[in-house]
Parts: sequence; structure tokens; C-alpha cells
Amino acid sequence: MKFLSDKAVDRLRQNANAPDLSGTRYQLLERVARGGMGVVYAARDEMLDRRVALKVLDVPVADGDLACRLNREARVLARLEHPGIVPVHDVGTLADGRVFYTMKFVEGQRLDKHIEAVISLPDRLRLFLRICDAVAFAHARGVLHRDLKPANVMVGAFGEVLVMDWGLAKILREQSAGKSEEEDPEATILHVPRASDSPADRTQATHVTGQGTVLGTPGYMSPEQASGDIANVDERSDIFSLGAVLRFLYTPPGCEGNQSRAWRHDKALEAICAKAVETNSSNRYISVSDLSADVSRYLDGLPVSARKETIFDKAVRFYRRHTVAILLIAAYLVMRILLLIFSHR
Amino acid sequence: MAGDQFPVTRWSVIDAVKSEDPAEQVRALDTLFAAYWKPVYKYVRLRWNQPAEDAQDLTQGFFAEVLERDLLAKYDLAKSKLRTYLRLCVDSFVMNQEKAARRQKRGGNATHVALDFQGAEGELAGTTIDAASIPSPESLEEFFEKEWVRSLFALAVEELRKFCAERERERTFRIFEEYDLSGDPEISYEKLAAEYAIAITDVTNALSWARREFRRIALERLREICASDEEFHREARAVFGSDAA
Repeated sequence: MKFLSDKAVDRLRQNANAPDLSGTRYQLLERVARGGMGVVYAARDEMLDRRVALKVLDVPVADGDLACRLNREARVLARLEHPGIVPVHDVGTLADGRVFYTMKFVEGQRLDKHIEAVISLPDRLRLFLRICDAVAFAHARGVLHRDLKPANVMVGAFGEVLVMDWGLAKILREQSAGKSEEEDPEATILHVPRASDSPADRTQATHVTGQGTVLGTPGYMSPEQASGDIANVDERSDIFSLGAVLRFLYTPPGCEGNQSRAWRHDKALEAICAKAVETNSSNRYISVSDLSADVSRYLDGLPVSARKETIFDKAVRFYRRHTVAILLIAAYLVMRILLLIFSHR
Repeated sequence: MAGDQFPVTRWSVIDAVKSEDPAEQVRALDTLFAAYWKPVYKYVRLRWNQPAEDAQDLTQGFFAEVLERDLLAKYDLAKSKLRTYLRLCVDSFVMNQEKAARRQKRGGNATHVALDFQGAEGELAGTTIDAASIPSPESLEEFFEKEWVRSLFALAVEELRKFCAERERERTFRIFEEYDLSGDPEISYEKLAAEYAIAITDVTNALSWARREFRRIALERLREICASDEEFHREARAVFGSDAA
């Protein structure tokens, strides 16, 4: 039996893992990233002469749950046509039996890298609002992301924000709707919570078909996800993750993980985060739109729903919102007083 | 090759060794030994700093012990990977051996797999690993895994060679061997095309076919020597996905 050198083993490993694109319209270029269950390569679509991202299972087996999941991820993306969600182009099976799909190749940076160059807090919050737009859209289409984190958001060369890696997405359907054509076997039957619902109603409104599986990323995963309590995983689980992303975004450069050094330790912003990441999901925002509305109000210098203001807070906020006008009026008054004093001498 | 005779209905050696049929048990053990004897031998040489002769003795003794003490039946897949379990069994076996008792006990016919210790010793001489540089359990596990992958790939390459010969695709295998196994940095598709007087696309197709078959065979062998579907997926990811970012 032939001895294989370390180099030969590495080469075999690399070549055996690379997707076999023979018989497809794609030509392999390079490996760009690794997702939750697959590897993403840059490839050239020879028919349309464009660069695409090709995602293929990293486990080189054709069968099983992972292949189904990748297929489902492609279908989930196909139903989510939104500028903030990466569009899928094609799905299929390679000659080596592995499932793949292709999507738009996003030239840009991951959010966690991109924000190192974004110093202004309002600019960071505007990025966050665009993530919220995409997630709110997905929720409206009955899809939960379940793995929202800075590494799963790309910021393109022209500032476009795209939510990526929908491998753990969960397809929900509303109770009133008929049987979905592509029903997720793990699906939670979603009752979209309303403000008028009591907390008990909101937590009991879901029914489950699978329990005990933990999917997500520690630090960004809601407690109900972390404990595998699928019965209680709904929109508010994504809201928890968004709260964690928001907290990450308003931590100034170099201070990640050090909450005490957050920007001015703003109480209103901290209250928004705290409400989004409440341990008890019924105390969180009811919808992503509510969360983004609160962040928008904060950006506009308006009171946020997550925090009751004292008179002092109101005064500070009023001052911040009208700083220029207040300073001009104050300067005018000082000038008038000085003029009065000098004219009476 | 042992894998050729392996019954398709029982894909795991752990299932097969529990079989009532002694012939099936032997085939399963041969499959396992073929994949593991070299990593075990090299591990004993380096980790336990044993001279070649004693390491040969211990390797054969270890596989005899696997049979005698029915160690595979005691394996609990919930606790560890089969590979880790076997490595720990080797450690425990070597620690408990007394040289004299060992020599008395060793008969050597634990397996039908030909153990080419001389070849293994030659491979070991070609490696630059210093036993003193692998003191931690993590690096020992890493070393054992590396040798285990090498052994698995070598078995798969050998089987691919036979597979190509049966289908009169010897040229395909030679192209695969020259491009993927030789480690020659100068080799290119153009050179191979010129050497075999074929088009570059034929070289591409030959390599693509050989790699696909290599992966299929390697995965089949891997599936056989894993105890569960879950372990197989985990090991497949470790074997083929280690270049991951």
C-alpha cells in the first residue's frame, strides 16, 4: 500500500472536499466562507458570465437531514424577495451527490468587521434599522431566521445591508392560513402575538411538532432557543437576537464586551436593548417593527416606549434635540442682558 | 480488501462484531484492523517511546486483546468517538503490560490483515515528529487522528487503484496519482495532457472522476468504521472539512 505524505493527504482532503461542478454551468473560483452547515465558494456562472456565491454542504454526503436543510434554506430564500435579503438564483444536486444553491455574490464585509470603521452611533443605528427591515419582512412572510448575529449580516460596497445564512430558518404559518404547500416538518404553528393579548395568551399560543433541538449561536440565541424549547420559539426569539446585535452595535470600537464603556451609557438605548433581550419572551417587543420604531424614535430624539422618562430626562432629551436653537436663544438672551446692563450705565 | 466483502446490511463494524455469525465478525474486525493498525503502531512507537520490535509486539497484542476482552462490545458511543476510545484502550493496554508476560501471551493471529511493520517503520522514519513535542493529550489525539486519516486515505487510494484496473481506467488512476499524490509542484494539467497525448479537458475529466470515486470509497470505508450515523457525519466533517476557515 502506497505511503501518503502529509502534502498528499492535504491535497486529497482539499480536492475531495471541493464541489464537483462538472455538468453544471458553474466554474469554481475560490472558497470564501463557511456557514453553519455548508461552505460558500465564489463561482462563475458561465452562461450569464457573472460571479455568484455557491453554497454546498461541507459534509460530503448526499443524504440525510443536512441536505434537506440546505434545500429548504434555498426555498426559504426564494420566497423572501427583499433588498435586505440575499437573492437565490439556482438550486440543484452536484455530480458528487451534494446539494447546492447559488445566490448573489455580495462584495462587502461582515457587519462585525464593517462597523470597526463606523464611528458615529447614529450611522450604526441606521444600519441596525435596515437589518430590522429585512427581518420584519421575513416575519411577515412567516419565516424566522433563528441565527441573527453580526457575522450573518453583510454590508455591501455601496452600503447595502444583507441578512445572510438562513440555514436555521424556521418556516411558520398563520393559524388562519390553509395547509402550506411547503410546510416545514419542524414548523411551529404561529399565532402572531397582539398587544391586546395577555402574556399567558402569548406564551400559550404556539403548538409544537419538534422539541429539544438547540440551534443558534450562544450570546445571540434567546433563552427559549438555548434550552431547546421549540414550543416558545417565535418572532420574539429573533427580537432577542436583534437586541443582542443592537447591544453589539452601540458598544464603541475597542470596547466590545465592556458594557460600562458603551456610548455615554445612554439609558434610553440601554432600555431598548434590555426590553429586546428580556429573558421572558412575553416581556420583549411584540414585533420587529415595534423595536425598530423605538430605535427610530431614539434617533429622532423622541421618547422611547421601553423607558418611562423623569422630568429631568425629558429636559435632557429636549436639550439634545434642540441644542442649536437653545444655544442661539441663550446667546441672544445673554446679549440682550449685557446690552441692557451697558445701556443703563 | 476487507471492505469489498462487507455485508451491505450491516454498515457499522460495531454492529457487525456483535453478530452471531463468526465469519461476519472476522470480516468486521479485519476492516477495523486494516484502518487502525498503522496508527496504533506509530502511536505506540512515539507516545510510549517503544523500540520497533516491542511496538510490533504491542500492536499485535493490542488487537488480540480487542478480541479476547471483547473491547468493541464495551464501546459506548455516547461517551466518545470510536477513534478516541481505541486510543485510550491502547494507552491502558500498554500501561498494563509487563514485557515478559507480553512475550508469553502474544501469538499474533488476531487478524487476517497483513501487518507490514517494516513499511510502517519506513513511513515513521520519514516523518519529522519528535515524541517529546507531543506531550499534551490534545496533540496525541491530533497525531493519532492524522495517522488514522492517512491510513484511511491510503486504503481508499489502494481500492481506487483496483477499481480503475477493473474498469480499464489505469491511465485515469495514473493521472490522479501524478497530480494529487506525487506532491510535485511542477505538475500541471498541460504537462499531463502532453505526457499522455490527450486534451486538457480529458485531464480535467479524469481527475474529476477519480476524485469523485476516491471520495465515495473513502466515505464508504469511513462509514464502516464508525459506530453510528452521527459519528460518521462528525468524522466525515473532520476528515474532509479540516481546511475550513
